[in-house]
Amino acid sequence: MEKHDFKQVLQHTPFHVRVEELSLMKSWSPWNGYQVARVFDTLAAEYFAVRSSCTVFDVTPMEKYRIKGPDALDFLNRLVTRDVSKLKPGRVTYVAWCNDEGRVLDDGTIFHLGDDGYRLCAQHHQLDWLMISSLGFDVSIEEETHDVAALSVQGPTSYSVLCAAGISGLEELKPFGILNTKIDDVDVMVSRTGFTGDLGYEVWVDPRHGITLWDAIFSVKERGLYDIKPIGLDALEMVRIEAGFIMPGDDFITAETAVRADHDRSPFELGLEWAVSFDKPYYTGRRALELEKSQPAKRRLVKLSVEGNKEPTDSFLYDAKNGQRIGAIKTNIWSPILKSNLAMADIDYKNGEAPTEIWAEIYYQKELEWKSTWARCEISDKPFWSNKRRSQTPPNRV
Amino acid sequence: MKDYDAIVIGAGHNGLTNAAFLAKAGLDVLVLEKNDYIGGATVSRELHEGWQYSNCSYVCSFFRPEIYQALDLGRHGLEVVPLQGGATFMQNGDHYGNYHQPAVRRREIMRHSKRDADAAIRFDADLMKWCRLIRGFLLRTPPDPASFKWRDAMEFASLLKAFYQLTESQIYEFIRFFTMSIAEYLEEYFESEVIKAHFSGGSIIGTGLGVYSPGTAYVLLHHAMGDVDGNVGSWGFARGGMGSVSKAIASSFKSLGGDVRSGAEVSEIKVKGNKATGIILASGEEINAKVVVSNLDAKRTFLNIMNKKDLPEEIIHRAENFKIRGSSGKVNIALDGMPDFPALEKGSPLTLGHMHFSDSLERLERAYDDWKDDRWSTDPYVDMVIPSQYDPTLAPAGKHMVSVFVQYCPVEAEGGWTEEKRQAFGDTVINQISQYSPNFKDLILHAEVRTPKEIEAEVGLTEGNIFQGELTLDQLMFNRPFPGYAQYRGPVKGMYMCGSSNHPGGGVMGAPGANAAREILRDLKRTDTTPEDFGDD
Repeated sequence: MEKHDFKQVLQHTPFHVRVEELSLMKSWSPWNGYQVARVFDTLAAEYFAVRSSCTVFDVTPMEKYRIKGPDALDFLNRLVTRDVSKLKPGRVTYVAWCNDEGRVLDDGTIFHLGDDGYRLCAQHHQLDWLMISSLGFDVSIEEETHDVAALSVQGPTSYSVLCAAGISGLEELKPFGILNTKIDDVDVMVSRTGFTGDLGYEVWVDPRHGITLWDAIFSVKERGLYDIKPIGLDALEMVRIEAGFIMPGDDFITAETAVRADHDRSPFELGLEWAVSFDKPYYTGRRALELEKSQPAKRRLVKLSVEGNKEPTDSFLYDAKNGQRIGAIKTNIWSPILKSNLAMADIDYKNGEAPTEIWAEIYYQKELEWKSTWARCEISDKPFWSNKRRSQTPPNRV
Repeated sequence: MKDYDAIVIGAGHNGLTNAAFLAKAGLDVLVLEKNDYIGGATVSRELHEGWQYSNCSYVCSFFRPEIYQALDLGRHGLEVVPLQGGATFMQNGDHYGNYHQPAVRRREIMRHSKRDADAAIRFDADLMKWCRLIRGFLLRTPPDPASFKWRDAMEFASLLKAFYQLTESQIYEFIRFFTMSIAEYLEEYFESEVIKAHFSGGSIIGTGLGVYSPGTAYVLLHHAMGDVDGNVGSWGFARGGMGSVSKAIASSFKSLGGDVRSGAEVSEIKVKGNKATGIILASGEEINAKVVVSNLDAKRTFLNIMNKKDLPEEIIHRAENFKIRGSSGKVNIALDGMPDFPALEKGSPLTLGHMHFSDSLERLERAYDDWKDDRWSTDPYVDMVIPSQYDPTLAPAGKHMVSVFVQYCPVEAEGGWTEEKRQAFGDTVINQISQYSPNFKDLILHAEVRTPKEIEAEVGLTEGNIFQGELTLDQLMFNRPFPGYAQYRGPVKGMYMCGSSNHPGGGVMGAPGANAAREILRDLKRTDTTPEDFGDD
């Protein structure tokens, strides 16, 4: 690696030139060492574009690892809590992984790239853990975060936009499927994946051809066919909570970074029991998870709808108005489409049961005057919002 | 001379801190200092006209914010500016830059090893776990585990409770951490030699141990648990040099009605019927006091200024065997301008922090080997800072003050120190720096070279040991300085110890001084003026 310029604290993704042009707010956040847009113009417009037309989000900074070698699949199956032994070439699956104490280190996705091995996408830096975990396996592990650029194209017209941009073969691509194709003579990989809960795709490209990909997609807008809006982290946060996706580091502290005992979380505590298998060979954390499963639940990260229109940011939760404190809100948004406050919240369970009543004490201010109120909360077992267009194959045009 | 409620011997930062809390409780307190200036090892001295040398301690990190607040040191002139950057220069012309921006630092570690950049996250989190555990005990009196007193039992229980808040595997790790060498510890995280070398430095500073010696991992913790404004592990420069720390405490002490006399060396603590009654100065003058507190190290306190007939045999034996080895030197330099470091990019922020020139654990261990044979390291580990980059009061405009801490330097250079040997030691250090900064030598206007001998002679630290005693497990917590004497009370009534020989040990932290004050006030049934730990959670 070259000596770097210390004056450029955050790096630019291959799409930065275009992102910079389109950013009217110049509102940035750091993400894995990259400079990423928070909002391009207005948050409401970006949010509604995800749910009504087509959006583009630059996911290049997402951590990516390439795992190859004869033992690659065995290694991955030993790493994650889900049974991935039947993952087929050209398919993607959601996974989480734990340390020996059954505490979640991170979550992400595994892409079966056929002869090219596997790509593991993660929220946080995992190379150290992957290397530690790979002892005894005949695998090679390469970090490829900076060697692969990606755009997430999401929204009801994302299929139409990508078709119009010149990608063929998408009509048969099912959710969690992978398609290797070309766009303007550039090799791209398209996966029907995303973090919005809507119809959408992620397009992966060699960083050198990033601009070609970006321009091919946005040419659809220039030709007046479909509107396309670049979106930032703030709109993504709204739609991922609506879709019920958890965010390590925001909704819970990962086991490697947790300093205080009992501040880390197990997959059960995060509502990920569906991604924990006991019908597969030994994997890291299994023993602890088996033990935990046999005991009543202590607490859960839950999806919570909060009554009223006052945002329950950082609110404590109680089992009654002025009752016992039983938890806290981790992240929350106002959902414009549901006209409701939605939150991810940590809740203590009693005797393995969720509390029958949950109340949030909400502090809010109007013109710098602080007020407080109580709002009843409801646990949502399903994603707050879903739409069948997400999984229709072939997708609808609009 | 009037009688005092309390006399504190030694105007180092702990002596002054102790005195200030006693004065705050309404006691009539006198601090006596052998030198003509106060501060002990926290001094700023104008040894070259226009330059202020922090010629002993040189950076500030541990100083307890609780004490800072309680003694109102900000209004008494203390200002600690966090320092940034730092680098380890490599023999191949490259370097590791410890950039203050996390994103840049991460890329820099990746440049040496991608894996190490991720391991650094695990390393930081683990170190923070141990820091959190230890930090809660800095401003507390260690319990006596052999005592059946209610207070000791409760304190011991709180110690165990903190310990058992760790998870099972953390408990195992913590025990390992306390007994491991820093080299072995770092090897469980990192693969890059220069990264390991960079992070190991804090483990040998001030210590008569090498990077492969068991117990050195803890010393790293001791250097990592300080903080500046809540940023744990960060270091700061006191504006005006380290003397500003002692000056501010002295000013606070005086505002509380305390007296300080410099140029007043104590030759003996007077004891009558197993009770301290005052002191005798070297001049023969006697001053009486109900309480006598020694800020001197344990060896000097019991073997130099107390009469052996007043002491139990056990104390004499323990003091004689107290581990307080001299292993550090110091070169303080006035420069005519900012030196060049060709390995760094122009305008690099790395010169703003700690600079080192040892790029492997092996070189660090070899440096230790020399010391074991009573030689100064031919390839020493140095911790160099240029505080005048921040602080305009240390040197004239455009000129610089450089503080170079050197590990290792023996107490007796083969057959004893001579003026020639001292100069040769200084040249070794300056030559090492010059390998990475070609114009460094030409810029030197004045240099002060201090071996453990000078540090002992001027400051009064036995063997020039900067911690007033090694920070090894056998001399920590309820074993510091000696088993049964870790609660700041001496073997005779009315006699106390407040220096770094006591828990929690060395570093410009003020905690031993404050802790000792708490015990004295308790014995006198006075209101406790010492602050409680702010707590982390």
